[in-house]
Amino acid sequence: MSSLDSKIPKGPIEKKWTDHKNHMKLVAPNNRPKIDVIVVGTGLAGASASASLGEMGYNVKTFCFQDSPRRAHSIAAQGGINAAKNYQNDGDSVYRLFYDTIKGGDYRSREANVYRLAEVSTNIIDQCVAQGVPFAREYGGLLDNRSFGGVQVRRTFYAAGQTGQQLLLGAYSALSRQIGLGRVKMYHRHEMMDIVKVDGKARGIIARNLVSGELERHSAHAVVIASGGYGNVYFLSTNAMGSNVSAAWKIHKRGAHFANPCYVQIHPTCIPVHGTNQSKLTLMSESLRNSGRIWVPKRKEDAEAVRQGKLKPTEIAEEHRDYYLERRYPAFGNLVPRDVASRAAKERCDEGYGIEANDTNEGVYLDFASEIKSKGKQVAYAKGDHNPNEETVIKLGKEWVEEKYGNLFQMYKQITDQNPYETPMKIYPAVHYTMGGVWVDYNLQSTIPGCFVAGEANFSDHGANRLGASALMQGLADGYFVLPYTIANYLANEIRTGEIPVDAKEFDEAEADVKSSIEKLMSVKGSHSVDYFHKKLGLIMWNKVGMSRSEKGLKTAIAELGELRKAFHSDVYIPGEADEMNAELEKALRVADLLELGQLMAKDALERNESCGGHFREEYQDEEGETLRDDKNFKYVAAWEYNGMDANQSKLHKEELAYESIKIAERNYK
Amino acid sequence: MASKFINITLKVWRQKNAESKGVLETYALDNVSTDSSFLEMLDQLNEQLIQDKKSPVAFDHDCREGICGSCSLFINGRAHGPQTHNTTCQLHMRSLKDGDKIYIEPWRSKAFPIIKDLIVDRSAFDRIQQSGGFVSVNTSGNTMDANAIPVPKADADSAFEAAACIGCGACVASCKNSSAMLFVGAKVSQYSLLPQGKVEAKSRVQNMVRQMDEEGFGNCTNTGACEVECPKGISLENIARMNRDFLKANLNSDK
Repeated sequence: MSSLDSKIPKGPIEKKWTDHKNHMKLVAPNNRPKIDVIVVGTGLAGASASASLGEMGYNVKTFCFQDSPRRAHSIAAQGGINAAKNYQNDGDSVYRLFYDTIKGGDYRSREANVYRLAEVSTNIIDQCVAQGVPFAREYGGLLDNRSFGGVQVRRTFYAAGQTGQQLLLGAYSALSRQIGLGRVKMYHRHEMMDIVKVDGKARGIIARNLVSGELERHSAHAVVIASGGYGNVYFLSTNAMGSNVSAAWKIHKRGAHFANPCYVQIHPTCIPVHGTNQSKLTLMSESLRNSGRIWVPKRKEDAEAVRQGKLKPTEIAEEHRDYYLERRYPAFGNLVPRDVASRAAKERCDEGYGIEANDTNEGVYLDFASEIKSKGKQVAYAKGDHNPNEETVIKLGKEWVEEKYGNLFQMYKQITDQNPYETPMKIYPAVHYTMGGVWVDYNLQSTIPGCFVAGEANFSDHGANRLGASALMQGLADGYFVLPYTIANYLANEIRTGEIPVDAKEFDEAEADVKSSIEKLMSVKGSHSVDYFHKKLGLIMWNKVGMSRSEKGLKTAIAELGELRKAFHSDVYIPGEADEMNAELEKALRVADLLELGQLMAKDALERNESCGGHFREEYQDEEGETLRDDKNFKYVAAWEYNGMDANQSKLHKEELAYESIKIAERNYK
Repeated sequence: MASKFINITLKVWRQKNAESKGVLETYALDNVSTDSSFLEMLDQLNEQLIQDKKSPVAFDHDCREGICGSCSLFINGRAHGPQTHNTTCQLHMRSLKDGDKIYIEPWRSKAFPIIKDLIVDRSAFDRIQQSGGFVSVNTSGNTMDANAIPVPKADADSAFEAAACIGCGACVASCKNSSAMLFVGAKVSQYSLLPQGKVEAKSRVQNMVRQMDEEGFGNCTNTGACEVECPKGISLENIARMNRDFLKANLNSDK
């Protein structure tokens, strides 16, 4: 049994990373070309890791299932990236970013990792600007910032509502440079099918060429998994259609512990569900909460009339609106953290104040009218018009909003056919991000030696709830500034190993395993499509392992998921052949893993008899509906060891969390 | 939004692989919600084909929010369908009418060979990027403070507008010459507008244009179809800027 040694360096928190870097082993430049590293995934973490490792001189082989590394789902991140630059002179510091992240995560993340993240955050911005990432700037030519949920400073850097796109294209350009120089070999339209272990160490992967269907063997001295999160277990989420857990799950099955799977972020501001053929949900960036006010009607009859189309939101008078976040959380108002905002929306809708005319009436307003007026006045004033008329104010205000959020407003209009400049947006929470993931130590190494995990795929930095604009920060921190150092410490012992042969028996076995699992699925020839099962999985997860969980619901979910998994393996129908491009087979392989994961999520949620961050257990709340954390019994990371498809058999390991630099407290945003 | 349901006829390009010959197949599809996106309509078609034990239509897609650039499709003769400044995934069925006949074809360009059905190989774009679409800076993270060089807001905004390109290839597919100059121009512009990119501006434009030519893309004859069909509204100015940079680089090249 592998023990959970988090390998946190000794010493004061602000010195840990520097000291650790000073003492880790290095690989000399002349030895690096003798060493191969595989990177799976080309989002912010994977692309930046590949670029950095390539630059250093290792032989890097990078894999993505998309047709180009530039399409990884980091590209869809909208609002921004945090960094403790304190350019706005509003009291920010590395410590404050560290503190906000720990508190935001509801005291369920590892102090040392989070401090390091805050520490390297400033380098990220320097690096990205040097690479030509066109961040938003002020008229003086310096970088602009905005504010995000759960903080009281402005530390978020952004590029309109397309920050993820610009950062990913920056990392992609660095990666492209290394591909051009021949230091990274890129395998696009390839999916990792399994990891290969030799003498207990990660030594390669089996990949499927998605164009030809061929299975390929690739060997390396270390394997980096940067394959993103598992939100698609809910079928409907803001994740891309191809986002999946498979790479992370395969290493879990081969010995990597999976940590805190029940920590899922449900994002408060997404476009509500429209119908049964819907394939995904679309996020409206948290940055909008800088300018938008969230409300529902104060009177149930108004909500009812709105749903029936008899009343327009703009016709509801100010005094009949309930700005429930401002009411409940005056200190943070509309900028409370995501889990808090989501639960508050659910509470209002459960009480019958929802405004959307869908099956569940689930929807609330995000209203820009106040901001349009106030910014319109400011702009007019700045232009020398100290007494502007209403029309001018509205016009200038709309222009201001368009410059800040234009692409989001356009996207909203495209999807809903409504104009958010004129009427409030309708929004509702949706699955967005997964804080849980593969357990890693301080060096980002999993419990499989030589197998490292970066970005959303690991569990390390966000505890039970991630703050907005921190996912981009973590992805790039891991890939550019953490992994290149820690992986060298491991690889220093590999300089004499020589090339890993792919004809070893371990590769034979792994390939045979993959082949047989594909053949098994292909030969079921049942009666339902993969999506049929995926949608069923999603419904169970959303209803019973979603925003609100209970012992009874979780137990039912575990049983239902077991049944569904059996039904899938005996009744799925996959058209076509395995040795050709076959999207249905790709989906089936991913859904098979999601089915197993879903059950572990429910199991993890059942074991955690407390409410914290995104994990809300109905049994553990106070009279105002706020979460009741139990630090005495649950201040640990739950790391699960795989023990067969049935999650009931998985074995729990606990990593106790020690808070030495921050006094653990109730999380209060009031 | 009250959703309606419409019945449509689809004419879809089917091609087993790069070597085989393709053909337009006809499919009738009923009860399509007008709130569905175009790709959700294709999901519905595929579900129907799978139920009938037929081969589903292969098409590229991923984020379904108009930013990853995976989705493509020539819809009734236009890249990404009838609307401007839109990707196929953000096209909604309310833009189409009951009884419509919809032609769906892949991007057509020698430099984008067909892989299967509606999926083409756009890796030529990656190779162009690899030939020079970057700033040669190592990832040390401490080259200099991010605010050390102020960048005029107008330049930063123009660089951002160029960098907003999603690399979908609609420009190439819409161009009668299969030219990739809007794509390459956008990338060249992003860097040449920023101080960080100016150092390598000459070699960058030369290398990227050379690679673009080697990939078999055609030349620009200033028709402007690319700009009209670009889902992100990338401006033709970027082509002009690239041409200017290219001429300048060739006239006073160090080489």
